[in-house]
Parts: sequence; C-alpha cells; structure tokens
Amino acid sequence: MADTLLSTRSLKKRFGAVQATDDLSLEVARGELHALIGPNGAGKTTALNQLSGELAPDSGEIYFEGRPITHLRVHRRARMGLARSYQITSVFDHLTVRENLALAIQAHNGHNFRFWRRAGADPLIRGAIDPAMARVGLEHRSRMPAANLSHGERRQLDVGMALAGNPKMLLLDEPYAGMGPGGAVELTKLIRRLKNEVTILLVEHDMGAVFSLADRITVLVYGQAIASGTPEEIRCNPAVRQAYLGDEDNNEVEDAC
Amino acid sequence: MCGKNDLQKELVQTIDPLVGGGKRSVSRRTLAIAGGALLLLALPMLTAMLDEPYLVTLFSRILIYALAAVSLDLMLGFGGMVSLGHAAFFGVGAYVVCILSAHGFEGTPVLTRPFTVGGHESALVLWPLAVLLAAMAAAVIGALSLRTSGMHFIMITLAFAQMIYYFFVSLEAYGGDDGMSLFTRNTMPGIDLADDRQFYYLCLAALAAFLFFAHRLVNSRFGMVIRGCKENERRMKSLGFPTFRYRLVCFVIAGAGAGLAGALITNQTEYVSPGLMHWTRSGEILVMVLLGGMGTLFGPVLGAAALLLMEELLSIYTEHWMVYLGPFLILVVLFAKRGIYGWIAGGNGNHG
Repeated sequence: MADTLLSTRSLKKRFGAVQATDDLSLEVARGELHALIGPNGAGKTTALNQLSGELAPDSGEIYFEGRPITHLRVHRRARMGLARSYQITSVFDHLTVRENLALAIQAHNGHNFRFWRRAGADPLIRGAIDPAMARVGLEHRSRMPAANLSHGERRQLDVGMALAGNPKMLLLDEPYAGMGPGGAVELTKLIRRLKNEVTILLVEHDMGAVFSLADRITVLVYGQAIASGTPEEIRCNPAVRQAYLGDEDNNEVEDAC
Repeated sequence: MCGKNDLQKELVQTIDPLVGGGKRSVSRRTLAIAGGALLLLALPMLTAMLDEPYLVTLFSRILIYALAAVSLDLMLGFGGMVSLGHAAFFGVGAYVVCILSAHGFEGTPVLTRPFTVGGHESALVLWPLAVLLAAMAAAVIGALSLRTSGMHFIMITLAFAQMIYYFFVSLEAYGGDDGMSLFTRNTMPGIDLADDRQFYYLCLAALAAFLFFAHRLVNSRFGMVIRGCKENERRMKSLGFPTFRYRLVCFVIAGAGAGLAGALITNQTEYVSPGLMHWTRSGEILVMVLLGGMGTLFGPVLGAAALLLMEELLSIYTEHWMVYLGPFLILVVLFAKRGIYGWIAGGNGNHG
C-alpha cells in the first residue's frame, strides 16, 4: 500500500457477551475514500468510535500518520487532523450557521482563553467562515439558527464543522441515514467534491452510495473484517455475498456479478 | 457585506446588553436596562425624599446578591453547570474579609507558622484577597466536581459546599456556629464605606463592572466555547476542544465573582456566620437566577431584587413567606420562558 494514513492492528472491543470489534485490522491510504460496510449490528459505529477516541479498545493499536494514537483523547485526535461527523447530526441548534462554523474554526486557530474581545470580530475567525460555508454550500443560510435548517442542510453543516479545521481525515458516520432523495443527491455531490481534498472513512448503509463513491471497501460482519478491496472485488466476493444473502435492501451487492 | 451595514450590526450588538438577541426588541431591552440603571442610580435620592433610609441598606443587599447571582448565571446559564454549592464561595469571600479585618483591628497575626501573616483593614488589600481565595476554593472544588455531570455534579457541589459550611461551624476561634461580627467596615481611600449611601454606590459600581465584564466574556472566544459546551460537550470534544479546562476556568471565574459579593456582604451586614454558605443559601441564589432569567445577564439582577423584596414585604405579614414565594416561582418558571427579564425586555433572544 502506497501511503497509509490511518491503520488499526488487531483492534478488539467487547460489550458483555458481544464481541463488537473482533481483531480488526484496517488500512486507509492517504487520499482514498474508504468505506466500511456491513449488516446491522456488525460493529461499524463501534469501530468508528474507537478511531475517534470516544471508546477505548480492549486491546489493539490505532496509528494515524504512523504515530500510535490508541490512548490519545478525542480532542487531541481532532487537533491532529482526525475529524468526524455524527450519525445523529450534532450541531449547535441555538447558534446560527455562521456561529456553528465559527466555533469549529475556533478550535483550530488562535488562542481560546481570550476573555475580552468579541469572537465575531476576530479576523482569524471571520476570514475563515465564508470559505467554510461555501465548502458545504450553505452561504444562503448564514444567519439562520441551525435548528431551522432542513435535515439535509443540518447534515451539510455537521460535515462543514468537521471540515473547518482542515482535517487530514474525515470519519463520516452514516451520512445518508434519514436523508430524502433530494438530500441524498446533494450529499453525494458534496462527498464527491470532498474526495479530492481529504481522506475519508465512510461508514454507510446505503449500498448505492458506497459503490459509487468508494475507492476501497472493507466489509464488517460480527466485528470482523471479512473482506477488503475495490468495489469490484467486493461485489464478487463469495463471503460478502453470503453475508448479505437474503438482505433485501442490498440487492445491489448481488446484482452486479 | 460591507461598510454601513456591518457597522450598524456591530453597533446593535454592542448596545445589545443581552447576548446577540434579535433586533426587534433591542429598543425595548435598552429601554428596560436604562430605566433600571437610572432607578438604581437615583435610589438614594428617592429614599431620602421618602425618608426611608433603610431602603438604601436593603438595596445594597440586593445589589450584592445580584452580583452573586450573575456570577452563578455565568456558569449555569452560559456554561450549563448547575451548581448547588455557589454560596460556599460567597461565604469564603465573606469570612476572609471578616477574619483578616478582626486581626487587623486587634493587631494580631492570622498565621504565625509557616510564615507570619498579619491582619489588615484596607478594602484594597482584603477584597482582592477574598476574590483570590474564593477562586482558589473554586479551582479545587471545580477540578473535582467537573469530572462528573448532571445530577452527580449537582450533588457533589452541594457536598463540597456543606463541607465548607461545617468547617466554619466548627471553627470556634472565629465564632463557630454563632458567626462573628466585623468591628468596623473596611477602609478605602476616597470613600467612606461606613456611609450607607457611599457604600451603596460602591456596590452598584461593583455590580456594573462585573456585568460589563461578564457581557464581554460571554461574547468572547472563551464565551463561545463555554456556550458550546453547554449545548453539546461531546461535539465540542470532537471538534478539538479540551472542554474540561474551559469549564473549569468558567467555574473559577464564577467562584471569584461570588467571593467579591461575599467581601461586600461582610461590610454591608458587618457580621458573618456559616449560614452564609448553607446549602439553602446556594438554593436562594439559584432561585434568583431562575426567577430573573437564566442565560441573560441582567435577569439575575431582577431575580435578586424580586426575591429579596418579596421576602421583605411578605415577612411583614407572615413569617411563612416562602409559602407565597413557591407558587410564584412555579408560575414564573412555567409561563415566562426567560424569567422576569424575558417578560420585561422581550424574550426572543436566540441564545441559550
């Protein structure tokens, strides 16, 4: 593999009787869009939470840019350039779109123990807001409280906030969940655009999106990676077809071969 | 966006005393604040005309409690930290001033080991010291309490405050349960603190200064982080903020504000007792914030005034004035979204 940005080695996490992550070794190359798929309960979000630092693995190691980050806390990982967005959109409802992004920008530039000057007047923040809004196509919503945005726009804002610190890598947790058809098209456009700027690990249920966007795919079943490869390889992989057989939502996996 | 429009917005925001609320009620809000300020400024004159000098004392007390309530609102309304132990810092500030003043009056040292610390009677020495020690107490209590959240946080702040309460109850050298009195009010160059009217204006100045500081604070970078932590701490972490230290600093600033209020209350009543930091006192300060409007800076001032005036008025008729206060509080919480402040100034501010 050319240049690995993020990798895990034998990651394990158990909740009671459930082995949610079972000996997971993952490699995400710099610049690629890597998708993590699997049936319900396969442990996708659990894996993601360990990567972002919200869950501590029982054993195993995580490396980011070759450095072990297994024991670093969430905010340290974020500062290193490992950003995430949430499955349940997680924006600040009482703040406007502008202010949401300003807060995200603030995390990565300048000194936050400033007690006197208006945050809104800080040129470090002001200068970065418009590009950040343009990046996720929310310029026209600038002054609107996040609570009033549509579901799709909130998702765009969520991603925009994750991007505000110019991360090296973005963890996207089921961005298509609960999205209407119109929103999904917008989101696909957005992700396609982001693909050229940042390495992405996409955890997703929507197979259509995954197969059209991903450079590489890893399939997770019962916490184990049963296959990893290009979309074509995954489509024709018998083990994957076995895992998805009978799962009607996912005809796509079967149709192609 | 350029020029005039931006300038106008900037102007509106500067005048706007509440954090960046809607434009519609700015005039009403400004009017309310200006009216309140004018009333407070003219109060000593009014009471002289009414021949009720006692009111100046009562209102000094209101201003001091307002200061404590605003400091609590900083962490409660903006930082989302519900503390039931805020009176501890109020009490620490009060005791620091009283104990050191007593030693200063007698000319005896407070400490002889490991080094000698003498007493003092100057406000310029004692009050900053009260603020500092209250802040230090807040740093210790905050560092431990902020590792918990929700109900646990409420309980642990309560527990710490009660510990401090019992510490002063058992401190026989300084009056224990009975408390101790201040021989004379502190001294301050150019101001005669023993004069009730001058003291009143000093309290008003302290409150105004703290309100201005708090207003700047909640709109600063630091303030934005604090408000973000209130709404969604998990997200703040994933954006890269080490949230603990921001919340701790907010807790310490709030404690320092309460310490200043404590220093003032000692001088106002010329007496301190552990009752100042009993948990019911913390509850009273909390009620002031809720009554006046959580997350608004001027609300707690109104809340303090409402609570203490009601107490004063109702206790003329009955000693069970709490019976009337309870339903009133429930009505305000149910029907006035942002407390009395929201009701007077228009409650459409869009910031929690």
